[in-house]
Amino acid sequence: MNFQFPDIGPVIPELIMTAIALIVLLADLLIKKKEVLALFSIAGIAAVAYTLIGSSGVTFGGMFISDGYSTFFKLIFFVNVILSVLISIKYIVIEKVNFGEYYALILFSTTGMMIMASAADLIVLYLGLELMALSTYVLAGFIRHDIKSNEAALKYFLLGAFSTAFLLYGISMIYGLTGTTNIKAIALYISEKGLTGNLSLLLSVILFTVAFGFKIAAAPFHMWAPDVYEGAPTSITAFMSVGPKAAGFAVLGRVFMVAFVSVKVDWVAILIPISILTMGVGNIVALSQTNIKRMLAYSSIAHAGYALLGIICANNEGLASMMNYLMIYAFMNIGAFAVITMLRSEGFRGEDITDYEGLAKTHPLSAALMLIFMFSLTGIPPTAGFIGKLYIFMSAINAGYTWLVVIAVIFSAISAYFYLRIVMYMYMKEPKEVVTLTKSPSTGIALGVAAVAVLVIGIFPSFLVDLARAAIKGF
Amino acid sequence: MPGTYIPSEYLPVLIFIIIATAFGLGALVIGTVFRPKKPYPDKLMPYESGVTPIGEPRYRFSIRFYVIAMLFVVFDVEAVFIYPWAVVFDKIGIYAFIEMVIFIGILLIGYIYAWKKEAFQWD
Amino acid sequence: MIPELFFAYFAFAIVLFSIIVITRKNPVHSVLWMLLLFFHIAGLYLFLNAEFMAVMQVIVYAGGILVLFLFVVMLVSLKEEIKVARFIGAWPTGFTFAVALFIVILMSLRSFVAGPQGKYTIDLIKSESNIKVLGKLLYTDFLFPFEIASLILLVAMVGAIVLAKKRFKG
Repeated sequence: MNFQFPDIGPVIPELIMTAIALIVLLADLLIKKKEVLALFSIAGIAAVAYTLIGSSGVTFGGMFISDGYSTFFKLIFFVNVILSVLISIKYIVIEKVNFGEYYALILFSTTGMMIMASAADLIVLYLGLELMALSTYVLAGFIRHDIKSNEAALKYFLLGAFSTAFLLYGISMIYGLTGTTNIKAIALYISEKGLTGNLSLLLSVILFTVAFGFKIAAAPFHMWAPDVYEGAPTSITAFMSVGPKAAGFAVLGRVFMVAFVSVKVDWVAILIPISILTMGVGNIVALSQTNIKRMLAYSSIAHAGYALLGIICANNEGLASMMNYLMIYAFMNIGAFAVITMLRSEGFRGEDITDYEGLAKTHPLSAALMLIFMFSLTGIPPTAGFIGKLYIFMSAINAGYTWLVVIAVIFSAISAYFYLRIVMYMYMKEPKEVVTLTKSPSTGIALGVAAVAVLVIGIFPSFLVDLARAAIKGF
Repeated sequence: MPGTYIPSEYLPVLIFIIIATAFGLGALVIGTVFRPKKPYPDKLMPYESGVTPIGEPRYRFSIRFYVIAMLFVVFDVEAVFIYPWAVVFDKIGIYAFIEMVIFIGILLIGYIYAWKKEAFQWD
Repeated sequence: MIPELFFAYFAFAIVLFSIIVITRKNPVHSVLWMLLLFFHIAGLYLFLNAEFMAVMQVIVYAGGILVLFLFVVMLVSLKEEIKVARFIGAWPTGFTFAVALFIVILMSLRSFVAGPQGKYTIDLIKSESNIKVLGKLLYTDFLFPFEIASLILLVAMVGAIVLAKKRFKG
């Protein structure tokens, strides 16, 4: 039996990422200063990002594909993981969970996301998803002495396992129908055999929608998000409100646009109500939140609704806008969470929105940064959030969903109320009590990078937009 | 397709299961039919070498058992993967060796981690 | 006819035992019923020409995971567990959804057409032995998923230690 060892060129970024995670896990046993591990992780991720350049190709018998689409998503994951690690360094010391496994698990989770983005086979997709999810479950419960963190981990785990079951049902159904798990081969078989109207195929599409809808926290599969986002360590909330969501969108885009492309009409019809519901639930329930982490959880649900518009377009332009949107979301959302981690100090949670009252008077710079992120999340020019929404709405209009865009704009206007309420508290109220901010150089860098990115993308959007368009070519 | 294949080699296993079940149930049934029934409280007490039992039989286990069991399951699954590998090792050759070295290497790192974290120690 | 009968038995038993497992008040009883459930799943694998899976079902699930479940059950306070109500208040809603889902699945499955058969027919597997075929596939075509599996196992291990092990240093 002659077996040719597969070409490992396309998986080199994943291999190095795994190696870095393993080194961090082992180094944790020897190194007392955990900050070193954080810096090593960041340097490692930079190296991995560098290897992305020459990694395009298909390998492992068509199971793994590294193309522009996956590379762009991997960039989102790197932005996410680097910023999250930067805001974690000081925060986990304050939470008294300064352990090296934290960084190792974050890296493992990112490896899982990278595998998901590159999965060209449903089995690889499932395993990547499990790797990502398992690490994130543990991270959500990382503060063991905090009962809310335990609750977050348990809820995330139980509902995550439940949603994975849906994914497996979907995969087994599609395997039974087509006799393959390869995403391209599935598409080929469906169009060849004319399975387009088959109800079992439709059921499989629905099951996939449920599983991916859970990962991206789209309504009505969003129930876990507020509790988990509230209970998890804030830095992890930042991490998982961007990473797993982007990974969910990556697989949603690939599976639906490649494997299920011939039943486009059906899944667009399923996704439209989900998108409307997601925007509605996210934006309306966020109005009544008093905990800022919960509020941002609902905001994160709402943003999934906007990004879904890109998938609903069901063309390359829509996907490019969706990718663009997720990249922008990574910067602005983690930026906002960076400010939240700064409010957390010894014996003070700083999670209530009234804690922000008068922040502009006591800490003008932090308040100004929070203002930028809140404006961006609302979608007010000249911030990046505006560009993201603009392009996604434009693609939706070009695809003929003007009415859907009108709904999205209305919900967007509603969202201004709860985002700008924070701004109003910061700038127009008198400080209740003196809030001491936990400042650290690393959080400062993260905030600086996020704020600059939000403003630069907002003013000169063409670079990112062109990058996303170039990435989607040949998808 | 379900319902097209009969694992006929496993017929002895089925017969064995049937006989084992029959023996177990039979002994119980015959016992209830023939033995005298004179229950009194002491007879219903759990047997602890003749000493009167103290405390609840069900107490809360230490969380250490969980860690041990979890580690056991992980290495159990690892061993399961080695078995088919050993069977086809000569067919695939050196690549199979490399694959398994990577696989075990990754779990070995986990083993070192667990060891250093004193997960194998009782307290 | 005989294989269909066996399949019907296993399918029925698996559903029945699953219902029993989730309705027992005493979690220890649930776990023991689950043991029976696992054996029946193994039986089903056997009739699907997946001998190795059947054996692994017994070794890993019945042997390893069930013990883990028992330990976890022992971790919770059993007395309180037996006292609390079994169902949440909204169970009629859940039940309605479950029935609706069941009907939807049943309806869609009627249009199910099985895909093409792969090259591993029953005869080929018989002539080569189940485990050899599985090994060849797993260590050549499915090499990449196999290596990811080791990472998942590693994360499970790290996760268990992080969440449950008493911390000594730090």
